[in-house]
Amino acid sequence: MATTMTIAKALNSGLRAAMEEDPKVLVMGEDVGKLGGVFRITDGLAKDFGEQRVLDTPLSESGIIGTAVGLAIRGFRPVCEIQFDGFVFPGYDQIVSQLAKVRFRSQGRVPMPVVVRIPFGGGIGAVEHHSESPESLFAHVAGLKVVACSNPDDAHWMIRQAIASDDPVIFFEPKRRYWEKGEVSDSAPAPLFASRVLRTGSDVTVACYGPLVKTCLEAASAADCSIEVIDLRALSPLDLGPVFESVRRTGRLVVVSEAPPESSVTSEVAARVQQECFHSLEAPVLRVTGFDTPYPPSKCEDDFLPDLDRVLDGVDRVLEY
Amino acid sequence: MSDPQSWVPIDPRSAPTREHVLSGLKGTDEGGPELVQLLTPEGVRTTDERFGSWADDIGVEELKGFYRDMVLVRRFDREGNALQRQGQLGIWVPLLGQEAAQIGAGRAATARDMIFPSYREHGVAWCRGIDPTDLLGIFRGTDHGSWDPIAARFHLYTIVIGNQCLNATGYAMGQKFEGKVGEGPDSEATMCFFGDGATSQGDVHEGFVWAAAYDAPVVFYCQNNQWAISVPLERQTRVPLFQRARGYGFPGVRVDGNDVLACLAVSRWALEECRTGNGPVLIEAFTYRMDAHTTSDDPSRYRLADELELWKLKDPIERVRVNLVREHGVGQDFFDGVQADSDELASRFRAFCLAMPDPAPDRMFSEVYAELSPQLQAQEAAYLEYHSSFEAEGSLAGPSAGGA
Repeated sequence: MATTMTIAKALNSGLRAAMEEDPKVLVMGEDVGKLGGVFRITDGLAKDFGEQRVLDTPLSESGIIGTAVGLAIRGFRPVCEIQFDGFVFPGYDQIVSQLAKVRFRSQGRVPMPVVVRIPFGGGIGAVEHHSESPESLFAHVAGLKVVACSNPDDAHWMIRQAIASDDPVIFFEPKRRYWEKGEVSDSAPAPLFASRVLRTGSDVTVACYGPLVKTCLEAASAADCSIEVIDLRALSPLDLGPVFESVRRTGRLVVVSEAPPESSVTSEVAARVQQECFHSLEAPVLRVTGFDTPYPPSKCEDDFLPDLDRVLDGVDRVLEY
Repeated sequence: MSDPQSWVPIDPRSAPTREHVLSGLKGTDEGGPELVQLLTPEGVRTTDERFGSWADDIGVEELKGFYRDMVLVRRFDREGNALQRQGQLGIWVPLLGQEAAQIGAGRAATARDMIFPSYREHGVAWCRGIDPTDLLGIFRGTDHGSWDPIAARFHLYTIVIGNQCLNATGYAMGQKFEGKVGEGPDSEATMCFFGDGATSQGDVHEGFVWAAAYDAPVVFYCQNNQWAISVPLERQTRVPLFQRARGYGFPGVRVDGNDVLACLAVSRWALEECRTGNGPVLIEAFTYRMDAHTTSDDPSRYRLADELELWKLKDPIERVRVNLVREHGVGQDFFDGVQADSDELASRFRAFCLAMPDPAPDRMFSEVYAELSPQLQAQEAAYLEYHSSFEAEGSLAGPSAGGA
């Protein structure tokens, strides 16, 4: 029976279920034990599973990823928490040089079943380094898989599927949506690396992920035209089949993300849609995104972040083309 | 280390004085009074109050075994250099001079222990039973490491400096979480190899911090060979490296890295400390890189030849040979036999290298993921179709045409 809960609670229950299913699953990160994480995603896990399965680690992101790689070589399935998006970079070397490559280097002899959870995106009025969207930096790295959840159902099931995957998964969580409620179903709503059509429509396709899925759904409800909303969910590998199918019907695509647009997930979507749907397009693919700037001071973030009006402005522009 | 006070600027117009020459010799430190030694450079077996007993069982037969190990490893190492010079390898990373540091440590580890190498640990690989020909693929460019790291309990070579110190620490944490640390017969430890240059990397620092925080059973084995490519030790540290351990709250020992017995004894002690729950431990094996950093390097640009001459007097193999002759009366037959074995190994090593096939074009798509993505499958299919179009035309000019 479906249960209503927040994204935070859905992640928590997903982690708990994965830990119950497999004693090799470990949770590790800064403040994830006694405190339950700064966002309380790991709340209660240390109490129930003990400090050898829920590790309050030293304050050291390269250490978190680097030791997780070693634990995975030993046969564990570590789930690492990076406290905030902008703090992942000390661990980026280990992610790119080891986590992404050990399987390939060993020709499959050493799998890397490691999940790196990263709360991402802005809109919480935070100081610098707490509001970034670095997903494209990981999507570009061969050997990694990258996903982003947008609702409680996906949060619960995608974290469990990511932990069960034998590939390293960078798992982005929409931090400003942690307290949004929704239903969590009794079984996984979709495979991990699949996009989902969340609202059908016939005039314009809007592809989005993470925190802006809610924004795009609200925009679709408010719009005068008929908008199809697709939650990409998997950012690497992208599952663009449903997007191609949709664009062949609507002829128009708007791709929405908080991240700076240059060389990003949104550019990849645009490139591949023009390649696959060239003859169906009635307008160029348009992107509604953050800007190619560092994340601004929080009093500017309402200008930086795409909102309902900017999404609808993008929709109007592809319709008027 | 040279005293900064003694440094004299060189006047380019005049020939260097004796002081100039000596101040230019960077890697000539004798290792200091805390250097653990059981076999002097002159081949005299000595004792050490703290660690000597860890090599008490080593008699003439064991010593002959270490001699053989070192000669064979040096021989295929030299063959690797030659193969690179002849265009058969893209690069070779020589271990010349570090044979004792590697054989001593490698022979101290048991089959249960796990080892994380850097990329120069051909001697440790030898001790793990990895055939030297298995090292060739990395340097010929046919693979990134061809042995099974789980079965050999010897991880693949790590090229990014210092990364493996965290991976080893994580592995050791896993050994502890699984209850493999203690007095029991199935206790285990991990050994992590890195160089003096790596000690400046954040990952080595973090490895020390984490290993200490979790009492991880890991022996950090630093081969201080005095040079990080062209940069001498004094640019990496103010204090002797083994002393750094104290700041992290675990013991550090400096051992004569050219003394196979001392390296064995200290490593045995350190591994047992770790297996029984007293880890981590830092060992600084004080040695010298007698060859270039790699075959792409030219040490004549940054260090003086006199320095190498000085270290030749402390050669790790020669002192064992002298000891075997003088203290055990080992005859020439033994040494001739080892020489013949080493030539045979080198010959097999060379023949294997020359016969190595280039990988097929689908190799690069293999095992990128456990579950290959549709887009990568599409890239592979498209490229293989493109590639096969050249074969269909019978052209010799297709992509990666030719090969060995």
